Amino acid sequence: MKSAEIIMQCLKKENVRVVFGYPGATVIPIYEALRKSDIEHVLVRQEQAAGHAASGYARATGKVGVCIVTSGPGASNIITGIAAAYMDSIPMVVITGQVKSSLIGRDVFQELDITGAAESFTKYNFLVKKAEYIPKIMKEAFYIARTGRKGPVLIDIPVDIMDEDIDDFEYPQTVDIRGYKPTTEGHVGQIRKIVDRIKNSRRPIICAGGGVILSNAEKQLREFVEKSHIPVVNTLMGKGAMNEDSNYYIGFIGTHGFDYANRAVESADVLILIGSRASDRTTCGIGSRFAAEADIIHIDIDPAEIDKNLNADIPVVGDIKIILEKLSRMICPLDTEKWIYKIKEWSENSDPDENSTEKVNPKIILNKISDLLENDVILTADVGQNQIWCARNFKILGDRKFFTSGGLGTMGYSIPAAIGAKIGCPDKRVVAFVGDGGFQMSMFELGTILEKRINIIIVLLNNSGLGLVREIQRNNHFEEFEVNFEANPDFVKLAGAYGLLARRVENNVEFKKAFQEALYSDKTFLIECIVDPLENTF
Amino acid sequence: MENHSGVLSKVAGLFSRRGYNIHSLTVGITGDPTISRMTIVSLGDDYIFEQISKQLNKLIEVIKVTDLTDVPAVYRELCLVKVSANSKYKLLIMEIVNTFRGNIVDMDEKSLTIEITGDEKKISAFLGIMKYYGIKKIVRTGLTAIQRGNKLEDNVGVK
Repeated sequence: MKSAEIIMQCLKKENVRVVFGYPGATVIPIYEALRKSDIEHVLVRQEQAAGHAASGYARATGKVGVCIVTSGPGASNIITGIAAAYMDSIPMVVITGQVKSSLIGRDVFQELDITGAAESFTKYNFLVKKAEYIPKIMKEAFYIARTGRKGPVLIDIPVDIMDEDIDDFEYPQTVDIRGYKPTTEGHVGQIRKIVDRIKNSRRPIICAGGGVILSNAEKQLREFVEKSHIPVVNTLMGKGAMNEDSNYYIGFIGTHGFDYANRAVESADVLILIGSRASDRTTCGIGSRFAAEADIIHIDIDPAEIDKNLNADIPVVGDIKIILEKLSRMICPLDTEKWIYKIKEWSENSDPDENSTEKVNPKIILNKISDLLENDVILTADVGQNQIWCARNFKILGDRKFFTSGGLGTMGYSIPAAIGAKIGCPDKRVVAFVGDGGFQMSMFELGTILEKRINIIIVLLNNSGLGLVREIQRNNHFEEFEVNFEANPDFVKLAGAYGLLARRVENNVEFKKAFQEALYSDKTFLIECIVDPLENTF
Repeated sequence: MENHSGVLSKVAGLFSRRGYNIHSLTVGITGDPTISRMTIVSLGDDYIFEQISKQLNKLIEVIKVTDLTDVPAVYRELCLVKVSANSKYKLLIMEIVNTFRGNIVDMDEKSLTIEITGDEKKISAFLGIMKYYGIKKIVRTGLTAIQRGNKLEDNVGVK
């Protein structure tokens, strides 16, 4: 059997049904094996999108996303996709072709040291030196990607190795990497300490981060909250962990969060950080002064995140799902009525967001669609004002999910991620929000949408520029510079050229009409919303 | 850590990327040929040490990280130094070398090359004295260490 066919067999053993990729010279043997297999291949239009699509697929399905790209420029193009997955801890295996083994290091055509380049933003990477190592490498790669703190793993395979003949193929049953033993069970003593500390707290608060979602622990979190009566705030990556129609849900915190939610954290006496790394976005850059009044309980699967940004009074390393289950069994309900009432008072007295009256108001339309959409919709957001508007105004109910590039903040994430999500969950509705900047960074993926008939709704918030950068310039009293698109293409015509249905809407009423049309359409729909350039995130 | 090519560069890369200081670094194979032991001397506060240790543990090739900062251990480093030594001073220098239990490993009319091993204090003291005579070149390996006593901080590398 050719090595390339063995690679396909390994993918099948790992339950891979779809790969996202873009062929090139050094991956032709793999593509030949792929053609003969029954694994679906999604041809993207640029390799960065393969990374983002695999990310959307992984987040939607809980499986490991897989990409196949060629050497040289293919590998360098997917770097951003890999780094974005690394920063948000998304499980992914990226297979890159490499030039012939004997030519490595000679600067030949389309040669790039991807294993060296991607070192700092892959969980691990492999350069295959012998074809017989492939089954073990594949087994280990998938294991590393989906265990512990999840993340991207890269496998660089020289083209001559892909073409080698191997006699027998045995897929390893077990993995044993002596330097990698992630802790999943939380320490019982620490968990008991948590219960004791919480028992005596008067103003406890839970901060749910992306880790809750990566651990598939939404149900466990919600059960814990119902049992303990502790109010919940979320980080950007944690949006989706807690259902936002719960009495215990407070709001989104951080630099672009709600001030009453930030105030709740500031006033808490116990802060339970679950699956959040307390990034500078979450702590508003104040570092260790975050939640200064509170004892901090930090539950995370990555021990390196504990005590990195905040001092943890009670740290617990482990799988959030397992730890929350244990906590739920041991916790008794607290009397948090007065505390929650006070926080709700703050929220009622806080300044409402500014609302423009004429053009489409993203905050209002997001509220509207929160009522119109199903309880298992997947919403993707790009980066910038569109992302913040979604984070602040889209309501998470039931099983709704929200995907965005939080850690790296990569523009052009939304549309390919929505493609990946739809391919992973074809029966769910997927809506992608994107700005005119992010759209132009990813509009080539309309080609993938056309070819694969990906039925999603794209809401393009067109404020003729890079909204958030512009807002920051304004806030700093700088003159706007290079943040305005003096000329944008006719996006509706462009979408039409790609076979999409498209509407341009100039106000909220027109939007509602167009959105309802999109909901009932069985074709991919793009709604271009004209948004006032002066519209702020809040 | 695993004795694979590229691991040294990974560890060095981790340190430089995160801004941790590498004062010295030595690495060599252990009793188990698949495992090597690396000894790094770094300067920093408690927070930095905790971070260094955790980030190193995250590297998949790293099997175990031990902090020897406050543990009784034997430290050794090897130093080769070429000192100016004309006939007037040669014997004097050789006396000093003997006192420090070093060895003369090369000699010509103008210089002596000395090999000396010891902990950092001893090497620095010796070099301090040699400075007076004129040091032409110093080559140092950096520290390696082994814990004192019978208790092992780890039994990695024992076969």
